[in-house]
Amino acid sequence: MTPATDPPVTDPRLLLLNPADNCLVACRALPAGETLLIDGVPATLPRPVAMAHKLARRALAVGDKVLRHGAAIGSVQRPIARGEHIHTDNLASDYLPTYTLQDGSKYVLTSHD
Amino acid sequence: MSSLHTTERTTERTTGQATQPMPALAGFPRADGRKGIRNVVAVAYLVECAHFVAHEVTLAFRGEPVHLVGFPGCYPNAYADKVMRRLLTHPNVGAVLLVSLGCESFDKRGLEADVAASGRPVHTLTIQERGGTRKTLNEGIEWVRWALAELDAQPRVPMRWDELVVATVCGGSDGTSGITANPAVGRAFDTLIARGAACIFEETGELVGCEFHMQRRAATPELGDEIVRCVAKAARYYETLGHGSFAPGNADGGLTTQEEKSLGAYAKSGDSPISGLIKPGDIPPTGGLYLLDVVPDGEVRFGFPNISDNAEIVELIACGAHLTLFTTGRGSVVGSAISPVIKVCANPDTYDRLADDMDVNAGRILRGDATLDEVGAEIVALVQDVGHGRETASEALGHREFILTYKAFEPIGPSCLPVRQATPAMPLPSSTRATP
Repeated sequence: MTPATDPPVTDPRLLLLNPADNCLVACRALPAGETLLIDGVPATLPRPVAMAHKLARRALAVGDKVLRHGAAIGSVQRPIARGEHIHTDNLASDYLPTYTLQDGSKYVLTSHD
Repeated sequence: MSSLHTTERTTERTTGQATQPMPALAGFPRADGRKGIRNVVAVAYLVECAHFVAHEVTLAFRGEPVHLVGFPGCYPNAYADKVMRRLLTHPNVGAVLLVSLGCESFDKRGLEADVAASGRPVHTLTIQERGGTRKTLNEGIEWVRWALAELDAQPRVPMRWDELVVATVCGGSDGTSGITANPAVGRAFDTLIARGAACIFEETGELVGCEFHMQRRAATPELGDEIVRCVAKAARYYETLGHGSFAPGNADGGLTTQEEKSLGAYAKSGDSPISGLIKPGDIPPTGGLYLLDVVPDGEVRFGFPNISDNAEIVELIACGAHLTLFTTGRGSVVGSAISPVIKVCANPDTYDRLADDMDVNAGRILRGDATLDEVGAEIVALVQDVGHGRETASEALGHREFILTYKAFEPIGPSCLPVRQATPAMPLPSSTRATP
């Protein structure tokens, strides 16, 4: 698990868990107003980000999926600026509110026949 | 911890080259062929009305391996009956004292017969027959003193990795759990499984969103389908209850959604193929990776599937787990009766505050002081030491939490253990694992 340091440099205090991710995880608490490199371009944090919390790797629009470990962890509810804290006020689960046992639910069994 | 790492590496190299392998672990042999890494006297109450007396017996042996377990309900329950039988014939248990009030429904004679048949000393005290609290207590203390002396004379014998069952559970998770402690346990699982051990992960309610990935890892397509059905059951169950597996502390720690928490929890399972799907009290028939289905079958009855982390740990021990790798970000302090708990702390700030309660500081990964592979190897080395008798942090502090409540399960389906299916007559677990 090494922070991505591919050509566009990202601050080592931020962890990219999967190249496909559009969020980064803070390795330590970061105060508002801090400026860090994200993919080689400086971003100033509009809000503080606590350790292990997420911030946006790029600007996100309502309805965008947030990807962590390369997998969707929910949908964006309000526009999120690059470098902004992503949490319960701007991201919601796709799973719990949408889950039903009716046809069309995500739990239809796949067949191996 | 780096010295432990070196020791472990050396052992592995020796084992690989020598014809007479060095003992990986050291355990107490049992009549069923299994071996225990602890040799405890279990004192079991069979209804809440006998809890106090049983507890008082154990208080007379503070600091000694006398552990309290039990079932509080007066009404019969097949699940509790099976779990109690598995716990009291668990390889880490050397002797058993049963404490009954007398009018409860628990099948104490059947339980006593099972424990006796397993070759363990067992004694039953019925409070109503013995003449009340004081007389039962005195007799119980006298019996436990005798049992401890018996167990004290038993030596440890060499034990192989393929005789070991290791479980994992997470509790008090935060945003660090899924990037440090959980994947480090996943690495440790991969190493342990490669050496022949059986490893168990669980809590299908915390694997919501990972079911199709697990399906692809299953040993057979039929097992994969069973896993998908089992996660669907968990989601349905939690939906009926109106709560997912998400506590307020999870959000404080940086987790936003159930699927985000699930992805982090899933990392504990490592990368090995999934060999089987089991339910509480089912013992893995061979080495490999097993998923434990902890969510009851049928209509929602008896409330939440697992009311706290120790309920899950008890079920893992009922599946034969010799020890549990417990990952925590916010900082849980629990241990367990019967089987040691190794606490792997995901969050470096939490570790700094609660170091006395922790065994492994996986948070070093976030500070750039260790890699996932290094922490994974440190966990394996510690498992080996604990398997030779070293106390974990929670053992040293005296933690012996235990909880068992009502549940209902159907037996596992025919596709859940493909390896057992391939074996015509199912031998004892240990002899199944003897062949490489």
